[in-house]
Amino acid sequence: MMSSSRLVEVRQNVLKQNDALARRLRERFAQSGVYVVSLVSSPGAGKTAFLEKTLARLRSRARVAALVGDLATDNDAARLARTEVPVRQITTGTVCHLEAAMVERALEGWELGELDCLFIENVGNLVCPSSYDLGENMRLVLMSVTEGEDKPLKYPTIFNTADLAVITKIDLAAAVEFDLSAAHKSIQSVRPGMAVMEVSAKTGQGMDEWLQLLGLRFSSQA
Amino acid sequence: MHELSIAMSIIGMATEEVARHGGTQVNAVHLKLGSLSGVVKDALLFSYEAACQDTPLQGSRLVIEEVPVVVYCPTCRKEQTLASIQFFYCPVCATPTPEVLRGVELEVTALEIQ
Repeated sequence: MMSSSRLVEVRQNVLKQNDALARRLRERFAQSGVYVVSLVSSPGAGKTAFLEKTLARLRSRARVAALVGDLATDNDAARLARTEVPVRQITTGTVCHLEAAMVERALEGWELGELDCLFIENVGNLVCPSSYDLGENMRLVLMSVTEGEDKPLKYPTIFNTADLAVITKIDLAAAVEFDLSAAHKSIQSVRPGMAVMEVSAKTGQGMDEWLQLLGLRFSSQA
Repeated sequence: MHELSIAMSIIGMATEEVARHGGTQVNAVHLKLGSLSGVVKDALLFSYEAACQDTPLQGSRLVIEEVPVVVYCPTCRKEQTLASIQFFYCPVCATPTPEVLRGVELEVTALEIQ
């Protein structure tokens, strides 16, 4: 009977389970003194290459590790493992993003206190990862010069939730006639004041600046 | 597309709540959906209907209240509502406005139960 229908107030965040777990992870990371960086981008923007170079250059100065999410295969983990740092693959099956619970599971057995910096490479997707907090300290959004300058305007939410934008494959900028100032303008339009780095994992361009910024962020936390 | 898993979370939440309030059936779920929530309204409505099959929510309505992005403008010194999530500039004075006050909501606010 519709007449007996009544309205009850609820006020509950739909993602409260993930948010609560992410908060717990963030506390755990802080207690262990590990700085956590997550990476999001569309498929093929160069997350793995960027991370490969980052890990290779950091491992002599800091204790680093990485988790890498993909729908299927452990190819990326195998690639990253060549840098000789601890790497674990998270295979999500059909899930298009990482969630805090997957991160927590993947960390089982790792002594976080023995790490300085942990990287979490999300599944290649610019839509869904934006809703899921993973407990990270810094979220990087990557876009490559081959994707077009207006990518941030097409995916404003993920750019808005990120802390740093990285324009990758900068060595190809001239070849694809990438308009850098238009790209910067798009980024600032969806996230005013966001820091932006221009890098090439291939040539190393911009990697010093990136590592310097990362070093500053994680030493200011410690 | 993560709207199906969002719809399933809403259904799980509503199923628990209806039992807690001594009801047996949910007629409607009221949801606040921010423009910056990362969830698409139409995709969510579509997923919701499918996900409600064979649950106490079968046949229920999902009533979505869309919440635009509200920012703080340091120049105007007050809240301003953005017309688009592509342009984080004050609609009155064009100052960049990174400080988001509302618009990220993904929240069940009420249930109509019986």
